Amino acid sequence: MPGSETKRLAEQLPPLSPQEALVESNRCLYCYDAPCTHACPTHIDIPRFIKKISTDNLTGSARTILEANLLGATCARVCPVQELCEGACVLGHEHKPIMIGRLQRYAMDHMDNDHAAVITKAPASGKSVAVVGSGPAGLSCAGELARRGHSVTVFEKRPLAGGLSTYGIIALREPIEASLQEVRMLERLGVRIEAGKELGANLALADLRTKFEAVFLGPGLGATQVMGIPGEELIVDGLEYIEQSKLNPAGMTIGRNVVVIGAGNTAIDCATVAKRLGAEQVTMVYRRTEKEMSAYPHEYDFVKKEGVAFRFLAQPVRVVVDGQRVTGLACAHMTLGAPDSSGRRVAQFAGSPEFVIPADQVVKAVGQQKPSLAQALGLEVNRGFIKVNVDFETNLPGVFAGGDCIRAKNSASTVMAVQDGKLAAAAIHNRLMNRSLVKKNG
Amino acid sequence: MADLGINFAGIRSPNPFWLASAPPANSGAQIHRAFEAGWGGAVWKTIGPPVLNVSNRYGAWHHGGQRMLGINNVELISDRPLDVNLREIAEVKRAWPDRAVIVSAMVESKPEAWHKIIRQIEDTGADGIELNYGCPHGMSERGMGAAVGQVPEYCEQITRWVMQAAHIPVIVKLTPNITNIVSPARAAVAAGANGLSLINTLSSITSVDLDTLEISPNIGGKGGHGGYAGPAVKPIALNMLSALGTDEVMHGSKLPISAMGGITTWKDAAEFLLLGASSLQVCTAVMHYGYRIIEDLCDGLSNWMDSKGFQRITDVTGASLGRISDFKDFDLSFRAVARIDPQKCIQCNLCYVACNDTAHQCIDLIDAGGRVVQPYSYAVSSNGKQEATEKRPNPRVREVDCVGCRLCYNICPVDHCISMVEVPSGRDSITWDQIVKTRPEVTEDWEAMEKYRKEKGIHVH
Repeated sequence: MPGSETKRLAEQLPPLSPQEALVESNRCLYCYDAPCTHACPTHIDIPRFIKKISTDNLTGSARTILEANLLGATCARVCPVQELCEGACVLGHEHKPIMIGRLQRYAMDHMDNDHAAVITKAPASGKSVAVVGSGPAGLSCAGELARRGHSVTVFEKRPLAGGLSTYGIIALREPIEASLQEVRMLERLGVRIEAGKELGANLALADLRTKFEAVFLGPGLGATQVMGIPGEELIVDGLEYIEQSKLNPAGMTIGRNVVVIGAGNTAIDCATVAKRLGAEQVTMVYRRTEKEMSAYPHEYDFVKKEGVAFRFLAQPVRVVVDGQRVTGLACAHMTLGAPDSSGRRVAQFAGSPEFVIPADQVVKAVGQQKPSLAQALGLEVNRGFIKVNVDFETNLPGVFAGGDCIRAKNSASTVMAVQDGKLAAAAIHNRLMNRSLVKKNG
Repeated sequence: MADLGINFAGIRSPNPFWLASAPPANSGAQIHRAFEAGWGGAVWKTIGPPVLNVSNRYGAWHHGGQRMLGINNVELISDRPLDVNLREIAEVKRAWPDRAVIVSAMVESKPEAWHKIIRQIEDTGADGIELNYGCPHGMSERGMGAAVGQVPEYCEQITRWVMQAAHIPVIVKLTPNITNIVSPARAAVAAGANGLSLINTLSSITSVDLDTLEISPNIGGKGGHGGYAGPAVKPIALNMLSALGTDEVMHGSKLPISAMGGITTWKDAAEFLLLGASSLQVCTAVMHYGYRIIEDLCDGLSNWMDSKGFQRITDVTGASLGRISDFKDFDLSFRAVARIDPQKCIQCNLCYVACNDTAHQCIDLIDAGGRVVQPYSYAVSSNGKQEATEKRPNPRVREVDCVGCRLCYNICPVDHCISMVEVPSGRDSITWDQIVKTRPEVTEDWEAMEKYRKEKGIHVH
């Protein structure tokens, strides 16, 4: 029996019933060169998979999705569809856009997610590739290579595979089981996963480059950034907060009065977890305003409805403590200055006296550190992110990278990582097959 | 306010809407409720010889999430005892003197059988009789229904027997399961019928069960053709109705026509009236939604008549018949082109693919800079709602190449987004018939046709 904590974090959107899916799929106009497909970073042929739902061809529908995106089940749940496919739906102007995300989930739920069965797999190529990191980029790349007949081994430092899908996206959007099911599907496709293997600890890039014909790096980003304020050691790490809410929600310590620092996707998720698991008051603190926050408008609306309060133009300066007990977060008033390089206006100290937001738990979700791995491995970087060329290849020949670790521009997302993995796999495949051609001809 | 009352061959009703002879008109209790809801009349479900019915008697065709665009049935004529039906008919007529109560009948093809049933019907006080020459299943296997309607000679013979005995108006109901609907209609006219009604149901098989490979609906492992009705048959019914309205003999007879076949809304009703109907019968829409639909049928029709200045139903009847013509008399110089309203266009681009794949390749996709672009021409790295919507090209008709086929107009999901605009063709009016008469070689020889086209400036894409 799931505990009450698990229930409170249960997946927010229920699966569509067959009748709902039929009605909704029939509402789709079947646009030509559809804008939803353009808007999707993996360019799933959305009208095609929706039309197949309406004709009761769910196997074909699932295959259509998987042809473009092996992590279709995760993306159906976690994609910010309002900004992507559904945001581009031609019915959005005068009607409601098609519920593309939920229809995609409906198709992916078909056959109990045994998607490996519908994916066509090429005969074994005799080539082997190492993938480091089992997040969306790594899994996508691994699966795409496996379906092309290559032998793929994924090395994951954590006990469970799936990366942020498993550990970092709240259960309201993706339960841990959904992520692990997707991992198992990729294993059935032939991907080998070795958990507890960390590059730089018990795994060496040089060894991988010797043993495998190509290496794909999808390590994600580093730990939550250090703010450098007094009392920071008493602040709870936002990613760990979410991780606990997925792995052991009943064992979590939730404050009565929780302050979350940050205004991005993770901060929103932390605030949601706190509120759902019993905090009386949850306040999100952000040094700029709602206009600059990196959370999507629909996420902002969502947490406001959850009852989360906001303190904008507030820069945390220290944790207020009573002994080892947190009693509040002291903040400085801010104002907005000129836009920075990202176009967002810079927050500046207003100069007025600081103020204290009472809190017995402070959580920070202020963005992750850039991939520390890059320098240790001798990889060229771009603004701290791993630098790759159009083929997703790093400066080390045969070493490719994708996902959040290369996302120097624009916001990182699961679906972008999936696309990186897919495109990198195509490039790796071309490289491997061309080489074999050269050998044969030689 | 328009007067919806009608006088159909002497049968009066407060509005032109009658329940068709079918399950909604199966019993006195039902028809009472229908009249309470406002129906102008009812054609009692066909009475006649004893029958037995089967389960799973109704099949349906659904499409695009819409239920029952067509219904198919293997139900026979009334399976209630004849005396029960006759008693209830009398009761209903007594209770509703202002409504039309017409009794549909079908008996063995013998004069005495017909004479007897006519007397029995007249004894009820009913306003009229409808001869069921249309039922395509079951009864036709016993030599009745469509077995009569499909043979004009039988049709005429039996109608003569009926007319010998009848003192109240007789309506002959025609089957559409025939090559030329005019033949049985003329037979009925010749036999002295007082009115006609059409169409009965079309022979049909609705579907096959893909799990069991059985016919659906499945009647104990078997299935077979049944009568098809509902919105899907409306265009067929309109055509047959207008075929009668434009026939010289029919026109000369001035016999009124009670029309049916997919009437669901007041708009359908108005179209049937415009093509020559004097009364209207409805079944499938009532089977789908109940008697209550009569309210909007009357309300909508009345409002439309007011807006058009029609004062009574007879003003509407046949008002569009004069526009029915044959291809040979169409003006070949008439030219229309499709025009897309960019303000209304939602850029689904269904018009583009329809034109490009199946019509005349004259819709272009135009980008923001006014350049013609190919579909799917965005970069693989392009994504997000902003890029997808802002960079989306607009469809635009290349009017000089547009033949005005009207396919895009038909498939566009936005009302009034694509319009067919009449444009001058620069050619004098001419019909095929005139060409046949003046330059027959053009109609017989491709070289002559090419020469003709060149001379007239006709470009065919």
